Amino acid sequence: MTTFEKIQEIIVDQLDKDENEVQRSTNFREELEADSLDLFQIINDIEDEFDIKIESEEGLSTVEDLVTYVEKQIETN
Amino acid sequence: MDTTSVQVLSTGKYVPKTVVTNDDLTKWMDTSDEWIKQRTGIEQRYISDGENTSDLCIKAAEDTLKGQDLDPGSIGLIIVATVTPDTNSPSVANKVQSAIKATNAMAFDLSAACSGFIYALSVAEKMLRHMPYDHALIIGGEVLSKTIDWSDRKTAVLFGDGAGGVLLKKAHDSNRLYAEDMHSDGNRGDALTIGAQDVNNPLVEQQEENKGYLKMDGRSVFNFVTRTIPSSIESVVSEANLSMEDVDYILLHQANARIIEIVAKKVSVPLSKFPMNIQQYGNTSAASLPILLDDYVKNGQLVLGSKQKIVLSAFGGGLTWGTILIEL
Repeated sequence: MTTFEKIQEIIVDQLDKDENEVQRSTNFREELEADSLDLFQIINDIEDEFDIKIESEEGLSTVEDLVTYVEKQIETN
Repeated sequence: MDTTSVQVLSTGKYVPKTVVTNDDLTKWMDTSDEWIKQRTGIEQRYISDGENTSDLCIKAAEDTLKGQDLDPGSIGLIIVATVTPDTNSPSVANKVQSAIKATNAMAFDLSAACSGFIYALSVAEKMLRHMPYDHALIIGGEVLSKTIDWSDRKTAVLFGDGAGGVLLKKAHDSNRLYAEDMHSDGNRGDALTIGAQDVNNPLVEQQEENKGYLKMDGRSVFNFVTRTIPSSIESVVSEANLSMEDVDYILLHQANARIIEIVAKKVSVPLSKFPMNIQQYGNTSAASLPILLDDYVKNGQLVLGSKQKIVLSAFGGGLTWGTILIEL
């Protein structure tokens, strides 16, 4: 599974959405109506899945933002 | 696992009479009923119009003892779990002791924020074994509204005032289950603080007055709860040699309905086994679990003496958290 596919799976599971609703360009606050608690939970699951730390949710709006952040973190590690 | 322990004889509660709805809050701050309900499940809370913590706790104690035909002299221990005492001394527990005439009791307050009641239950269970008296009165009571920054909508919408209690009896003859999992982590104490008091004496240059408002780092607290509470619940169930299906109800500290849903999902237990009353009371800190217990005893879903197996779990500032499994 690619990073995107894993993140897509986490978001689909957390927000109870269909896979086709969660694409790279999807803005999870605006298009998926995720609120701060949803986002905390998604970030937690991503941290556990990839064994990384996401210090702040600021600047993370789209699925692509998450994928880029995670891949950068994995590279640094 | 220990097989001689404590029994809950009765429960009680008291909340201030003034109901503050989410719509009422919109008069004091920029928020909305829909926003609060969606994120927290809270619809209203009770707020003191002058009664202090001891007033609430005394009334909750009287409600707990009502109909018990108990000689107050047989109560050997009174613990009030609170982070909002009227005064640091005398303790709220001393005031309760005086009001209910429990002259033989050792009475003190216990400070463990929202975990206060579960901590008090754990302490009482151990102390009762070594005391010559058979009864302990455990109260959780808070007037959190006096520590709230009413201009901070992130925290002000979450909390309410109230008190609840249980009367415990040393169980000499039964094989009541008792299992617990109690923890503290002071390294993460800054995530939730209440009542900060600066040093104020002639040696110290006076800074701007610190009002000691409740401050919370939402994400840290959320992470702490969703990562520690599910495993804490699982550990007491396994310590008692039970499976999740054997547990009748899981009473979780009422901090946020969404958090309760997440915990239910993580421990794979249907949400219907998680009693909830946060919609009515908000987060009442140490009072939350005893009020929930009393509500569900009064509505008949929990029956004292029935040997229903329940798990009580709470988490809060400190950080503190704990889970206890008992038979009713």
